[in-house]
Amino acid sequence: MQIESTPPSPGTGAPQHGQHVRQFMAVPGAPSPVATPTAIAVRGFSSWYGSFQALKSLDLDIPSQQVTAFIGPSGCGKSTFLRWINRMNDTIPSARAEGSLQLNGVDLLEKNLDVVDLRRRVGMVFQKPNPFPKSIYDNVAFGPRLHKHYTRAELDELVEQSLRQASIWNEVKDRLQASALGLSGGQQQRVCIARAIAIGPEVMLMDEPCSALDPKSTLAIEELIETLADRYTIVIVTHNMQQAARVSDQTAFFFEGRLIESGSTEDIFTKPKNKQTEDYVTGRFG
Amino acid sequence: MATPRSTATRLLTNRAFLAVCLLATNVAVVVLAVLLISILWQGLGSLNWNFLTHAASRKPAEAGILAPLWGSVWVCTICGLVALPLGIGTAIYLEEFARKGRFTRIVQTNIMNLAGVPSIVYGILGLTAFARMFGAFGTSAEDGGFAIGNEESLLYFKLPFGSSVLAGGLTLMLVILPIVIIATQEALRSVPKSLRSGALALGATPWQTVWGITLPAAIPGIMTGAILAMSRAIGESAPLLVVGAVLFVLNAPENLMSDFAVLPLQIFNWAGRPQDEFHAIAASAIIVQLVALLAFNGIAVFIRQKLQKPLQ
Repeated sequence: MQIESTPPSPGTGAPQHGQHVRQFMAVPGAPSPVATPTAIAVRGFSSWYGSFQALKSLDLDIPSQQVTAFIGPSGCGKSTFLRWINRMNDTIPSARAEGSLQLNGVDLLEKNLDVVDLRRRVGMVFQKPNPFPKSIYDNVAFGPRLHKHYTRAELDELVEQSLRQASIWNEVKDRLQASALGLSGGQQQRVCIARAIAIGPEVMLMDEPCSALDPKSTLAIEELIETLADRYTIVIVTHNMQQAARVSDQTAFFFEGRLIESGSTEDIFTKPKNKQTEDYVTGRFG
Repeated sequence: MATPRSTATRLLTNRAFLAVCLLATNVAVVVLAVLLISILWQGLGSLNWNFLTHAASRKPAEAGILAPLWGSVWVCTICGLVALPLGIGTAIYLEEFARKGRFTRIVQTNIMNLAGVPSIVYGILGLTAFARMFGAFGTSAEDGGFAIGNEESLLYFKLPFGSSVLAGGLTLMLVILPIVIIATQEALRSVPKSLRSGALALGATPWQTVWGITLPAAIPGIMTGAILAMSRAIGESAPLLVVGAVLFVLNAPENLMSDFAVLPLQIFNWAGRPQDEFHAIAASAIIVQLVALLAFNGIAVFIRQKLQKPLQ
């Protein structure tokens, strides 16, 4: 597959998510009929923590403006891989990687890469909601303020838009100056998503964003992911297979540091090619 | 086979241990109470406004603590202004920026050790480094050193510092620096890692993360540690004695180069005299010192209670 260098722009004509894509991809034996550009291209990618090899020679194309789910048992390397995409592994001194990892043609493993700029383009939502001990407004405004000088009016507008996109505006519009720590877990997580949206990323990484939430909040976040896929390339790590089936267009199954199988979510869940994948998605292990 | 343990014996042990702990607590409380009551009994009579605003005197009835009170204020202010930025800066570097390795481990161990060094040792260091400046500028401003400005003016400055408030304040700074560093490190360590990750993932530089997230979240802990360190500084006397604090000064310091006295040394001086009247005003000075300490600790508790926002 070719490596695209054009960044995704909102509102391109191709169908991007939801049932349509899945049905297209379900055509047996047919090559992918929709030419979705690749956002993240991975070739022969391996990574280590010290002498422990966490990821073994991955090859994967993550399509632009779709939801790609990483599934697999704990410790299989999916979170590790996610953290390479925005170079959060830089904070771990023993972490290193080999191979090729490109975001829209930019080599993400380059030593001199401007990680500050990379992380502006690649937002991240963490497993446990981690709002800053600040007001809701300041949480969302924190990212934009890091990168640019805004007037008060511009910032107000940006905060409102981000909170609206994260489907939490109606719940918090009357208490923007209240502490974000006073919100429920699900609301906190949506504020964290708004915070990531506010810096205008191309890619959104989500590391088990619902694992600390109750079913109702989980549903809210899943619905949110569906709408966000119109604008962003989303990569979500999840332990919940129903969730992967519900929200994602593409699924990649990891096991013991290897990428066992990847493809359309429909294929992975209904006719996996690999025995391990089948055992995992049908709940026979993991 | 495991033999059953008798419930009666276990309850008895429990009660015995409780009694020992209660006794230990009571001994401490009683000793403290006796000390406080005897000081209040002795000192309250001679404590009045004149006592705070009059200079030292050979007659106990006229003697006051003007000079040592202001001496303490000057010395502690200098100490705080230098120790807090240095200590907090060091802690931020060690916790947030330094790569954890052999070098930082050695520095860390040394700081821990320095916190336990007797303060008189710092006095000797302060005498050599600040008061005499290793003899690099002769023995005094008049003999080999130099001075700028009029001795009466606020901006008077000389090298070497001699037995001045500046030398005293810097010496106290050495005493509390390790305490400030350790307290700040602990405060920074208590900020959840997830907050740092959150900021970094938004594209914050390490400095923006420290300034925007970590430091504000750690401020209550840092303030508490800083104030406890400052109350240690207020009470120190030995290192200042070595640096050359004087026991009989008439005026409050006028500039950084003034001679100075401090409250603990004034108390030491008065308490050591044979006359009972001096013992009484020593007790009064102790009350002033205790009130200042109590106020400082009160502020520390207040900050911890009121300003500490709950983290996750």
